[in-house]
Amino acid sequence: MHQINCPWCGKRDEAEFQYQGDASVKRPEPDASQDEFFNYVYMRDNPRGWHTEWWHHIGGCRQWVKVVRNTITHEIHSTGGPQDELKLPKANVK
Amino acid sequence: MKYSALSILREGLRGHKGWKPMWRDPKPKSHYDVIIIGGGGHGLATAYYLAKEHNITNVAVLEKGWIGGGNVGRNTTIIRSNYLHPANTHFYEKSMKLWEGLERDFNFNAMVSQRGVINLFHSDPQRDAFARRGNAMRIAGVDAELLSPEQLRQQVPILDFDNARFPIKGGLLQKRGGTVRHDAVAWGYARGADSRGVDIIQNCEVKDIIVEGGKVVGVETSKGQIKANKIGMAVAGHTSQVAQMAGIKLPIESHVLQAFVSEGIKPFLDTVVTFGAGHFYISQSDKGGLVFGGDLDGYNTYAQRGNLPMMEHVMAGGMAIMPAIGRVRLLRHWGGIMDMSFDGSPFICKTGIDHLYLNGGWCYGGFKATPASGWCFAHTIAKDQPHKLNEKFTIERFRDGKMIDEKGVGPNPWIQ
Repeated sequence: MHQINCPWCGKRDEAEFQYQGDASVKRPEPDASQDEFFNYVYMRDNPRGWHTEWWHHIGGCRQWVKVVRNTITHEIHSTGGPQDELKLPKANVK
Repeated sequence: MKYSALSILREGLRGHKGWKPMWRDPKPKSHYDVIIIGGGGHGLATAYYLAKEHNITNVAVLEKGWIGGGNVGRNTTIIRSNYLHPANTHFYEKSMKLWEGLERDFNFNAMVSQRGVINLFHSDPQRDAFARRGNAMRIAGVDAELLSPEQLRQQVPILDFDNARFPIKGGLLQKRGGTVRHDAVAWGYARGADSRGVDIIQNCEVKDIIVEGGKVVGVETSKGQIKANKIGMAVAGHTSQVAQMAGIKLPIESHVLQAFVSEGIKPFLDTVVTFGAGHFYISQSDKGGLVFGGDLDGYNTYAQRGNLPMMEHVMAGGMAIMPAIGRVRLLRHWGGIMDMSFDGSPFICKTGIDHLYLNGGWCYGGFKATPASGWCFAHTIAKDQPHKLNEKFTIERFRDGKMIDEKGVGPNPWIQ
């Protein structure tokens, strides 16, 4: 079971959270092209290995937590708030 | 060797010493007309229909592990065609029709059992929605029946009809739905393809896809370079990784779906029951085990195992609707990696690269689609254009606003 270190509440079980997807995608500017919005809404790297993602702490403080987690081992490397830039630990495993 | 009652009798008298391996174990040739990446159900079915329907037999199926070792052997074996949207309804109905004739067609016992699939409903609005889906199915020529609670009580007496939170108000039945022995599907298609000249090459991992001048020309594999005129990808679960070898990014996320089997018990349930409101569905295998599952764990993963919170959730759903299973012990559980597309519907289409074709995004509907998926993908590869049945399963549908959003939940794969 994942245990996610919420920056506000501390370490909590995954059951307190709602997953909210890839946190590496950035919303384009309002006047961006259709293609940029298409990429933002639908296209994903879907990496095997380290993945930056959102977990919404709905059973706790209700903050959005940014998490760097490994999609093969389920190891969690780091967590932070929405504004934090979290570094990936090493190259993605192929 | 053709299998028949006579061949069983003959081998029985000879001590079963005359059975031959069901497929060869060939070395890869340097060139094929078509290479299929992925020796799962869909890849093998594609090779089978390429040979049978289109007379294209210079074909290789490249499999990283062994055939039948992926999702074709990790699902809960259910077949059905109870969809609402026309693109899905017609496609899955084609699949159902192929299931109905499959064993005679490929001369292999896949234990196709049309024991029915019942979706439970619990409120008036839900009944309306199910009636609408049933009507849409019947208009498309698919069988559907709306069951009253009384009819349902006769068919599945073990349900908790008076559940406080989800009282059972009836069910939508598709009688022609049911279950199939999933391993036999892989073996039957493999044997059928091999006997028509297709090379099934196991333990052969594709490392790179070679593209020259916007056209695919071959693959680099763990067994060397293999050239091909056309290449089809059928690797659901890892489609993003294989497509990336050709520089293609897709609207797909990989998620784990868990499944469970109990110890064998006496005949208890002779149909398939789905309790969508509680994220639970169940059937009983011919060996007696209860086969059941629920929803995705709900986070990106490639680990073929699930976590405890979803296990608990599935068990709770089962206990709510079928309390009699409470004392049955769990025998095993496992997880399979789903190619979750952003609208819950699949891809069988051309890509931006000439002669490279995509089959993926099966979400958790891959097994029941196997025959039609292979049939349509073979057509798409052979003719270099989709069949009418799969023309809407494109990558571009997202850009063009033509999603086939069966559940209506928007671009969130983890809740599809």
